[in-house]
Amino acid sequence: MSETMSEVQTEAETEAPSRQQITPLGAFFAVLGRDIFVTGRELPIFLAQVVLQPLFLLFVFGKILTQLGYAQHGYAQVLFPGLVALASVLTGLQSTAFPLVIEFSYTNEIEDRLLAPLPLGMVAIEKEVVAALRALVSAGVMFPVGVVILGGIPWVASNVVWVVAFLVLGALVGSALGLTLGTFVPPNRINVMFALILTPLLFTGASQYPWPSLSRLRWFQVITAFNPLTYVSEGLRGAMTPQVPHIAPWICLLVLLVATGGLTALGIFGFFRRALT
Amino acid sequence: MAVERVDPPPSGATPAVEVADLRKRYAKSKVDAVAGISFAVDRGEVFGLLGPNGAGKTTTVGILTTRVRPTGGTAKVAGIDVMADPVAARRILAVVPQRNNLDRSLSVRQNLLFHAAYHGVPRAERRERAEVLLGQFGLADRANEKPAMFSGGQSQRMMIARALMHAPEVLFLDEPSTGLDPAARLFVWDRVRELQAAGTTIVLTTHDMDEAAALADRVGIMDRGELLALDTPRALIQQLPGERTLDVSVNLDHGASREALSAALSRLAGVERVEQVPASGGSPGAPPGVTGPGAPPGGPPATGPNHFRLYVAGEASSLVSPVVQALQSLGATLDGVNLGEPTLEDVFIHLTGRALR
Repeated sequence: MSETMSEVQTEAETEAPSRQQITPLGAFFAVLGRDIFVTGRELPIFLAQVVLQPLFLLFVFGKILTQLGYAQHGYAQVLFPGLVALASVLTGLQSTAFPLVIEFSYTNEIEDRLLAPLPLGMVAIEKEVVAALRALVSAGVMFPVGVVILGGIPWVASNVVWVVAFLVLGALVGSALGLTLGTFVPPNRINVMFALILTPLLFTGASQYPWPSLSRLRWFQVITAFNPLTYVSEGLRGAMTPQVPHIAPWICLLVLLVATGGLTALGIFGFFRRALT
Repeated sequence: MAVERVDPPPSGATPAVEVADLRKRYAKSKVDAVAGISFAVDRGEVFGLLGPNGAGKTTTVGILTTRVRPTGGTAKVAGIDVMADPVAARRILAVVPQRNNLDRSLSVRQNLLFHAAYHGVPRAERRERAEVLLGQFGLADRANEKPAMFSGGQSQRMMIARALMHAPEVLFLDEPSTGLDPAARLFVWDRVRELQAAGTTIVLTTHDMDEAAALADRVGIMDRGELLALDTPRALIQQLPGERTLDVSVNLDHGASREALSAALSRLAGVERVEQVPASGGSPGAPPGVTGPGAPPGGPPATGPNHFRLYVAGEASSLVSPVVQALQSLGATLDGVNLGEPTLEDVFIHLTGRALR
């Protein structure tokens, strides 16, 4: 160890007391910065992960089946808003549930952020926010994909605010659901969770069919009413294809706000359980 | 090499760590993991919690670092109640855990930089500190690699470097050298000594009595959630009741008989009894396998008559000089001397009736 080393070290040491009193909000953005940095670096892989499923659904159901005549011509217009909703909710869910299980149980790498100077609840909220951002990206990508595959997407310019609102709420409700699942499901059961929860969620969310049309299948209509994805699909459908019968936007809005709030609270509770012993 | 930080920390009057009647019982457990312990750590002190696995050391550190909720008592770091204001506590403490918890999505350098960012270290200072610490901890040439494939020693160095990025007032090291090879262990020990010299308070847990004795100014011995003893390693050993031993190897070429010597040694003040003991491969003049005729009854068979073990009350080292004088007066010379001082391990056995490991 040389003299120069200790000189440099002395400098660093003497500067140490000039420690900034970072606010919890400042720490929140620093932690958010880490997640955005990591997501941004893996953006192509991330997009492939989250867009492939809705892309294939759109291609097979919206394009192939209609061209072959097994589905009606207007079906793609009904399907598209539902698949945007699906991309938003599922990306949000996967972006919180998976990383939380891994970071809490296997890599422990969340610990450095749990020891950062911000309340634990804000670390949980940060997880939800970054997952919602990822969800918005994947939902956003669906629009150009839809234009390319379908040759055009349903769009009502005056409803753009509603579209954005339901995209954001879909991203948040999915992330909040993931926060809850990721902190309550035991780590060794995460695979089971994805089989038992993701698949039903995928098909009971009114993304492949308008909810009011289920009135002939009352029992299924009741089941789908419990899936938050239903209200994202129906909200987007109401904004993008108002001519198709849909659940009233204000009901969708109300349900999604309550669901997001409730699931976030539950998720934060679960997060505390995992972060504190 | 060591860096002096002469000016005392801002709130020098309050202890760096203060724990009062601290208790923790985990859910579904029938016993306390920590059963009402109290201690205080001074500023700039290296404080060791010594005990076997499951003694409650890691739980204690977990409480102090805001990750474990106590079921009773208080815990303060630099005067801040960690339960009442965990955010403020996290600003001034850092912890190097037993398990690797490095951020595997980030490179070595990014691990350091982001940690500092979480703690609000300004950007320029962040970069400067990262380069200094990367160099100091021998990580500069691997700074751009991801830590997933690092060895235990490298990960440990990285976690310590990361912990130092926000210049903590109190650094908690949980089993800092468990699983490390001897070289890596010595490296960690050297860094701990440097940090202490730089004014950082260090609380470390260990089940290794050598580590506790080598690093800690004071050691708290823990077992089954209780703090059994707390003092400097030296004082802990000195308080151990019972005998010390002083082994002397004697050259008898010019004079006195073994019996006379044995008798002379047993007359020295503080000596309780004298045994002739087997040669331990030291003196060439000792005929093996011969039982000394002057061996006191009750002692083990002495096979090396030129070796004597003195059982003494009090400190053995204070008897070296009287022994030399006694030998000289009988025309014998001293070949070697060995202080049979007890260790922290013996303290632990005395306190618990069990070995440390």
